[in-house]
Amino acid sequence: MAEMETDDRDRRSPRGQRTGGRRRRISRISAEKIDYIDYKDVKLLQSFIAENGKIMPRRLTGVTAQQQRKLVEAIKRARNIALLPFTKY
Amino acid sequence: MRTYEVAFIAAPNTADDDLSKLNSQIEHIVAERGGKITKVDNWGRRKLAYRIGKFDEGIYTFVYIEGVGQEIAEVERRLRVTDFVIRHLTVRTDEDLKRAAKLKAKRKGVVASRNIDDDFDLDLEDEDELMEEV
Repeated sequence: MAEMETDDRDRRSPRGQRTGGRRRRISRISAEKIDYIDYKDVKLLQSFIAENGKIMPRRLTGVTAQQQRKLVEAIKRARNIALLPFTKY
Repeated sequence: MRTYEVAFIAAPNTADDDLSKLNSQIEHIVAERGGKITKVDNWGRRKLAYRIGKFDEGIYTFVYIEGVGQEIAEVERRLRVTDFVIRHLTVRTDEDLKRAAKLKAKRKGVVASRNIDDDFDLDLEDEDELMEEV
């Protein structure tokens, strides 16, 4: 068991190194200085949901925790009035 | 004063007359209770992200209301009893908009790159320049 743990740790990449191709350092929300995330802005919200309709984790999108909370709320509102899907396929 | 956004989706087979009637009803309700409609956004016919009942598309309308709350209760009740409204959503926006305005003002005030975001931008620019040199 102890050996397995060390193995896992070794496989982890060093901090700060890019591990996946999808990672973005700065999200559109920060870059365009969007203060109010509007649930009607379908184009913006769409860039934060995955192919299957799920909300992307912020480790992949690079938004801050505060932005993610607002984003989640906006996406859920948009889903409620059929601007975004709950699921796809 | 609070600001609200009321969104509703009408069934795609709704007659224009019915829709404008509902709009004037909402106008009347809000005015009667001392509220104010600041803007009405008509998106028209739009494809729904998922099926609602037997409909694949709907007619979207967004009404921006300034008021105290009672008019919203009545508008919502009206939307619920109206048959051709297939979905509606009310959002209170004043607090979030105020917060956004504050953030914007703060950013304008701080021109020097004291906050972390600006430092990030600078880093990125430097990187781009380096790339060009190579």
